[in-house]
Amino acid sequence: MIRLPLALFFSAILFSAGVYGVLARRNAVLVLMSIELMLNAVNVNLVAFAQRLRDLNGQIFALFVIAVAAAEVGIGLAIVILIYRNRETINVDEVNLLKW
Amino acid sequence: MVAAETVHPDAGFAGLAWIVALLPFVSAALTLFLGRRSPGKGSIYGIAALAAGLVLSLGVLGHFARSGPTAESSLEWFRIGALRMELGQYVDGLTAVMLVVVTTVSLCVHVYSLGYMHGDKRFTWFYVVLSLFTGAMLNVVIANNLFQLLVGWEVMGVCSYLLIGHWWEEHANSSAAIKAFITTRVGDIPFLFGIFALVYATGVRTSNIPQITEMAAKGHISTGWLTVAALLLFGGTIGKSAQFPLHVWLPDAMAGPTPVSALIHAATMVAAGVYLVGRMFEVFLKADPWVLTFVSTIAAITMLIAALLAMIQDDIKRVLAYSTVSQLAYMVAGLSLGEAGYTAGLFHLFTHAFFKALLFLGAGSVIHAVHTNNMSEMGGLKRFMPVTFWTFAIGSASLAGIPPFAGFWSKDEIISTAFHQGKYALWAVAALTAIITAFYMMRAMLLTFYGAYRGHGSPHESSGVVTGPLIALAALSCVVGFLNATAFNISAFTDWVHIGAVEHEPFNYGFAALSVLGALLGLGAGYGLYARWRDREPLRALGPGYTLLEHKYYLDDAYWYGIVRPIRDTVSAAVYWTNQYILDGVVNGAAWLARRVAGGVNEFDRNVVDGAVNGVGRTAGFTGGLLRYVQSGNVQRYAAFLFTGVIIAAIVVTRI
Repeated sequence: MIRLPLALFFSAILFSAGVYGVLARRNAVLVLMSIELMLNAVNVNLVAFAQRLRDLNGQIFALFVIAVAAAEVGIGLAIVILIYRNRETINVDEVNLLKW
Repeated sequence: MVAAETVHPDAGFAGLAWIVALLPFVSAALTLFLGRRSPGKGSIYGIAALAAGLVLSLGVLGHFARSGPTAESSLEWFRIGALRMELGQYVDGLTAVMLVVVTTVSLCVHVYSLGYMHGDKRFTWFYVVLSLFTGAMLNVVIANNLFQLLVGWEVMGVCSYLLIGHWWEEHANSSAAIKAFITTRVGDIPFLFGIFALVYATGVRTSNIPQITEMAAKGHISTGWLTVAALLLFGGTIGKSAQFPLHVWLPDAMAGPTPVSALIHAATMVAAGVYLVGRMFEVFLKADPWVLTFVSTIAAITMLIAALLAMIQDDIKRVLAYSTVSQLAYMVAGLSLGEAGYTAGLFHLFTHAFFKALLFLGAGSVIHAVHTNNMSEMGGLKRFMPVTFWTFAIGSASLAGIPPFAGFWSKDEIISTAFHQGKYALWAVAALTAIITAFYMMRAMLLTFYGAYRGHGSPHESSGVVTGPLIALAALSCVVGFLNATAFNISAFTDWVHIGAVEHEPFNYGFAALSVLGALLGLGAGYGLYARWRDREPLRALGPGYTLLEHKYYLDDAYWYGIVRPIRDTVSAAVYWTNQYILDGVVNGAAWLARRVAGGVNEFDRNVVDGAVNGVGRTAGFTGGLLRYVQSGNVQRYAAFLFTGVIIAAIVVTRI
């Protein structure tokens, strides 16, 4: 039986690692992976609270999140591949078209 | 306007006198607006109005012939403090007589002008002004207060200006018009101040003529004020009635068409001055006695110098013009004799109007036939123009004072009254003037109608519309004198027009004989000198005297060099200086200022306004540039913002 604070602490570290990865990494694939980290941190939280609250809703949410994350990674990798084909780089700093 | 009718119940026709004065104004308006499209080019309105006015005037006179009471009625025009301004009529015997004179003469002139002005390019306009002129005079005659009288007085001044300058294309005519206007204006200013003096003397309560004369008669106004007022009012008379030294405008007024001369000289304008004295007579009577002495001195000077000038004129109208001045002086002289001469003076005004209108219209008829004013180019016209000759002869006889024509009765009355009042100097001058009058009329008759014709072309008698008025006026000149013929114990005029108690003086045959003798002497002298016209004017034998007369006593020159030139030159120099330095300075200064202001505006526009606009733009660009850095297109930076925001939101939310 894992205690809730422990699970939340772990989840927080995982989320922070994800945030760091999203903000700091230049490689688009690593950014996508960091997003997965953050999603999974949320999943940990959901499952932990589900166990604590004796409620299955949390687990069901977690399953949905995993499904959505899978789809998201699919699309995200497709975008990265297209970017690479167009610009021959997946360095996020160089992909700065999203501006005025 | 508040109606304040105070018509006497027995006023009868007298209460309707205002209609007589209104009619010519109506006809003037009608002629002005409808004239060109009306039959007779607008002349019918004036003639109809005056015919109706004449009938009404005779009704008014009939009222007084039956010893009817005077009538006064008025509307309140407005009030200034206690001073009530009225628009009204005061009708007594004098008014009635004047109404008849003015309408008769003006009607004759209107009819006469049909022929005389035929084909004139401003025919309709001529009739407009003619009617307006008559209306203004009638307004003076019926006015019950001084301000209304002044209005009529001034309108006459304007109309005389317009009529004398009717043929303004010629410079001489327009300058004569200006001279007449300005010279009478010199007299109008004292007149206006005279009105002020009288109104002030009543305590600024009224300008009503009967009230003022009553106050004067009862001694409610001090002699000092009355003296001042009388002198000032007489200034107006000197101007309007062409007395010395302001008589100079009248001969020049001959520049106007002859019917106008007849109207100005007989019934309107010049009569207004004498009428004013007659109307305000109580003021003169109660003023200091030397005022009347002054008046009679002016009259004596005027009658003699004007008569002397009439002797040497070649222009037939100028002869008549100077004779008018001289005869007006008779009227003034009559009035200056006080109560005794009041009736005589005004009776002369009455008779003179008829025969002087007759003489002018006769002269017009002659001028129309021979196309010149100069008697040296006339002569022998008796054969060509019998009607004109006979009517002119009647007029001349009347003016010369030959019984039984009108002029004899009135002039004789003045001369004999002067003697009876002990004014021997005035009597002597008047008698001498009467002789000279007879002389110059004889001269005019002989030069115009006798001898051989010296002009060009073949003159012929004028048409019916011209001779008709001549005959009518000639007939009147024969009979009006009998209205006050003391020899036959008729004193109708005295009953209508008198002041104080009526005194029926017995007719003095001795004086009458003396007058007739004087007239015959003048006529004889004239006949002796001019029976056979020679090229050389016989009066040139007078030498320096003739030169003096030829230059009109140098009075015009004195005015020209003494008053007009200095004033005009000074004024024009001052105007030039003002123009050059002040006005130009102002204009240039304004321009300079405008330039400076424009420069300032330019700077302001460039720097401040444009600066503000550009500044706003630049600020927007600058801040936009700052914000640009936020939107870098870098997804990670966006994410950083996102997380920061989330953290801040989390902190805020959890704190709350």
